[in-house]
Amino acid sequence: MNIYREIILDLYRNPLNFGSIANADVVLSETNQLCGDTLNLFFKFKNNKIDLIKFNGEGCAISIASASILTEMLKNKFKNELSTITSQNILDELGINPGPTRFRCATLGLEALKKII
Amino acid sequence: MFDIQKIRANFPILNRSVNNKQLIYFDNAATSQLPRVVIDTISNYYTTYNSNIHRGIHTLSSESTIQYELARQKVANFIHAKSADEIIFTRNATEGINLIAQSWLAPNIKPKDEIILTIMEHHSNIVPWVLLNKKYNKSSGVYLGDKIKINFLPLTTDRALDINKLDKLLTKHPKLVSLTHLSNVLGTINPIQEIIKKCHEASALVCVDASQSIAHLPINVQDLDCDFLVLSGHKMFGPSGIGAIYVKKRILEKMIPFLGGGEMVKDVSLDYIMFNELPYRFEAGTPNIAGAIGLGAAIDFLNSLDRTEIIKYENKLNKYLLKKSSAIDAVHIYSPLNPNLNAPIMAFNVGDIHSHDLASILDKEGIAIRSGHHCAKPLITTFKTSSVARASLTFYNTFDEIDKFILAIQKAKRLFRI
Repeated sequence: MNIYREIILDLYRNPLNFGSIANADVVLSETNQLCGDTLNLFFKFKNNKIDLIKFNGEGCAISIASASILTEMLKNKFKNELSTITSQNILDELGINPGPTRFRCATLGLEALKKII
Repeated sequence: MFDIQKIRANFPILNRSVNNKQLIYFDNAATSQLPRVVIDTISNYYTTYNSNIHRGIHTLSSESTIQYELARQKVANFIHAKSADEIIFTRNATEGINLIAQSWLAPNIKPKDEIILTIMEHHSNIVPWVLLNKKYNKSSGVYLGDKIKINFLPLTTDRALDINKLDKLLTKHPKLVSLTHLSNVLGTINPIQEIIKKCHEASALVCVDASQSIAHLPINVQDLDCDFLVLSGHKMFGPSGIGAIYVKKRILEKMIPFLGGGEMVKDVSLDYIMFNELPYRFEAGTPNIAGAIGLGAAIDFLNSLDRTEIIKYENKLNKYLLKKSSAIDAVHIYSPLNPNLNAPIMAFNVGDIHSHDLASILDKEGIAIRSGHHCAKPLITTFKTSSVARASLTFYNTFDEIDKFILAIQKAKRLFRI
């Protein structure tokens, strides 16, 4: 399977929800020690629900595309729903199986998210 | 005459395919491949005389002891040490540097001491020194600060060691200068002989990390006059899990043991321990016997090659690799572009393709390269990027493989619409 599908490359060049939130309620960061990739997730909550979500960082196409998908999936989620997203959900959305060596690239955002759950 | 096909025929792994393509192995700076003779030597050890060394009376033990000690002699001869007693087997170069840090530097440390490392070091030549440098409160474990000063020699704008700055750092009379002979990221060969001379004039001892250079250049520790030298078997066509260090005898005699256990003692009673002789004092526990014997076989293999021809061939490979790669738009090369002599190791990036993505795409073409920070973060940081790709070649690689590598780079560019 080609992991460099059109969707991955599109999201790498034009990531969704890319940026930061100056007055964020929560900021989560995660790094991939293997390659030095970094990812920051910014949350703004309203009535226990995600009102605004952004991410930024540096990483490969797989990690940037995955973070785009993750932030899309998190939009409008209640705080207690944050743990419902799995790595498989993200991979299904991207339509790839990254294999063991690239799995961590695809789940860097989820690793960051674990810190709030 | 340098016959590349004859050389390649020694390496069975080069025949395998990856993703239905013939393997192109450009990750030799991480681990080099083993010639058949090394694999057979290890297999023969396990098949016919597997046994523990030194104290056994029986035939098998006698045979393995002879072969293990012969391997030590081969390492000594290969780097032109005066005596095999100056060679200690370790797991790898990393363990070798840890041994030197703990057995030589730690007991000799005095406040206000300084040591010098360089920005281009592998983490294995940074962390062991930093680890022993930390001072902690014995009861609370609170970090109290550093014991000594560790200075880092910077690079010039063309990414060579800044020798002028070394002169300045040496005026503080550091205890030790520990540096790589050949950069694992850039392929740069450092003027090690000149550096060692300067350091000795300032009464500093010198530790040479020969992990990379040992696979590319002849090394003579007596000519270099280095005080310590470390190497790893798996980067010089030997097995993994075996390495060696060289220490000048007069220094080794004063070093305290690194690890305690069997083999490193002559006598043990409940109230005293008598250490074994050199070099056994530094080899606690049953060592990697098969690994040492395999390393000896790798050295025999290297000795069977014309190393002058190898250097010439690798230099041609390097020039071809740099020429072809730099001709591609969007390829950014961090290694020196016009070196007189460099190992064929090229650090590079392609446009905004992350090095991990590039490595994945090349892997689909059967090409193995490395990506990331290459355990040399202080160096990578100077490139103002978080990760780089690295193609590291050796004498069994070919010009044809470089052509295929170039085609794969162009394919990656098309995929990423660069």
